[in-house]
Amino acid sequence: MTAAPNTLSPLAALAWAAAATLYSVLFLGAESERALGTLLVIAAAGVVLGARFGLVDRIRASIGGNERAFDIAAIAGVLVVGLWFHEEHFIILMMTTALLLMVAALGLTIQFGYAGVVNFAGAAFLGIGCYTAGVVTKYTALPSFLTLPLGGLMAAIIGSILILPVLRTRGHYAALVTIAFGILFKVFLEVNDTLGGPQGIQVKPIVLFGWNFNSPIRIGDFTASFYFSYLLLALLLLVLSFALVRRLERSWIGLSLDAIRLDEIASACYGLNLARWKVLAFTLGNFLAGTAGAAYAHVLGFIAPNNFTFGDSLILVSIILLGGLGNLWGVAVAAAFVVILPEKFQVIQEYRLVLYAALVILILLFRPEGLLPRQLRDYVPGAKPQRGRSHAEERVR
Amino acid sequence: MSAALLGCKGVTCRFGGLVALARVDFEVNDGEIVGLIGPNGSGKTTLFNVITGIYGADEGAVTVGGTDMTAATPQAIYRAGVTRTFQRSRMCLPLSVFDNIMVGNHKRLNHGLVFNLLRRGAFAAELVRNREEAHELVKVFSRELAGRIEEPAAGLPMIDRRRIEICRALISRPRLVLLDEPSAGMTHEETRHLMDDILSVRERLPGLTIVIIEHEMGVIERVTDRCVVLNYGRKIKEGTFAEVAGDRQVQEAYLGVA
Repeated sequence: MTAAPNTLSPLAALAWAAAATLYSVLFLGAESERALGTLLVIAAAGVVLGARFGLVDRIRASIGGNERAFDIAAIAGVLVVGLWFHEEHFIILMMTTALLLMVAALGLTIQFGYAGVVNFAGAAFLGIGCYTAGVVTKYTALPSFLTLPLGGLMAAIIGSILILPVLRTRGHYAALVTIAFGILFKVFLEVNDTLGGPQGIQVKPIVLFGWNFNSPIRIGDFTASFYFSYLLLALLLLVLSFALVRRLERSWIGLSLDAIRLDEIASACYGLNLARWKVLAFTLGNFLAGTAGAAYAHVLGFIAPNNFTFGDSLILVSIILLGGLGNLWGVAVAAAFVVILPEKFQVIQEYRLVLYAALVILILLFRPEGLLPRQLRDYVPGAKPQRGRSHAEERVR
Repeated sequence: MSAALLGCKGVTCRFGGLVALARVDFEVNDGEIVGLIGPNGSGKTTLFNVITGIYGADEGAVTVGGTDMTAATPQAIYRAGVTRTFQRSRMCLPLSVFDNIMVGNHKRLNHGLVFNLLRRGAFAAELVRNREEAHELVKVFSRELAGRIEEPAAGLPMIDRRRIEICRALISRPRLVLLDEPSAGMTHEETRHLMDDILSVRERLPGLTIVIIEHEMGVIERVTDRCVVLNYGRKIKEGTFAEVAGDRQVQEAYLGVA
């Protein structure tokens, strides 16, 4: 790679953000499966050629050196796509779903990607948030926007039931504990009449300062889908949780979580309190999943136990594996992929779990670090000129 | 009279029917370099594991600086100023070299949530301080290695990984460092370099006390003030290298003469 002095100019990063935005508009707007297929082939070819000619490295360096600019460009990109399709209920709903799943997957990243605590009950924690929103709006007179923090809190509190078994078990056994919890949760929902049983319950919309989120936005000639307010809310949640998780990773806490995942004995000999950090990661991750869940419940308007199956938990896990364990942008890309692809290709809708399974197996076989492998920790970006290489590149050398 | 920095009195450790350590008495004074030697399976690493709280002693007592630490957790031992390296390298390979060293500095880093998440300016200042300190420490071992502390640890050759592991053990300014066979898997030449490094670190950090497990007798002869020999979990001899090497019992243990 030629390290030209202009590699750190924001141009490449911004051009990339613009290209991704344009691509999203084309992809979401494409009607025929032929057009979609062509777009997918173009994307694949672009990635392969980009990697071949060093474009990917240049974009990565540019993003790393101009982080703030790229962050803003990414947010602007989502807004542009949202505005482009502002009247299309279905597309806005799809985008909102993707953004909220990203939030939940970020929670899982703290648990699994950093602290190494597996959680195969992601959908259950999402569900706790959903049902909290349902119960709060149905049985209490609390302001409806409070459901978001309450949903997160409930997920964190109920998750603490699992803390003891999760701390005492490792690897497969911890996975089994969380799988059991996820199944228990769904059965509990089905038999509990207060929570609506198998039929589920209705969730009232969020009302903030007299503004009902479910009503369409009208400003002059501009009319947006009734999902549009939720898209903005989901984007806000995503930005906040992204900033939180990124700062966490770039701190001594992130270092401690990594150390515990990689070597418990060495960590203990250097004073790290294993239980404390695992509990923090687990609780914080569940909080994010629960918050995303509460928002999602308002979006859906109606929730039932079948929304929170083991299969849905697996989808969350496959998002973080596909994206690259611990890479936050990877989570974003993979979540968009996993949500949008089956919706656009109705043919594969039926087989989507099969597709994800095949995809995860392929990724684990050929690119075990995910689509976007996690980079070395850079505590304060821009503080030092030379940048570390990724583990994957190092292995190749 | 000041108590020994590290004291083991009648330490016994059993695994089921196997007696790994049998009433071992072992003392280390401030500023000493003590060699812990003995054939394979004689209980050297087990003794380290008991001292650092990974295994509990079935009988006997371990004191650090005169305080009883027999039942202490590994974390408490670390806070009391005892650090160690491991016989089989235990590095976090996907992390950077700097990250690996910082794991060893846990007790001197601020782990508060507010500090880490919100006070980023103060965090950056602490980061710069620590980066300089780590750089200085690694420089004692190798100037070239000091220039590579932002690289992945996985890319380092064995000798550099050992050096970084020793830096991880030293960065928190411990009173006592336990080195578990630092030369394992290295050539003679590399071993010699590493020992030079250890001796020069000791010059830079006066008062640092070291216990070293080692199979290379040349190394033991060169760096230690005193040696303790274990065999089948028992202490069979203690003294200077010359005394120990001349002992008939020790020779039998190593050569297997009945």
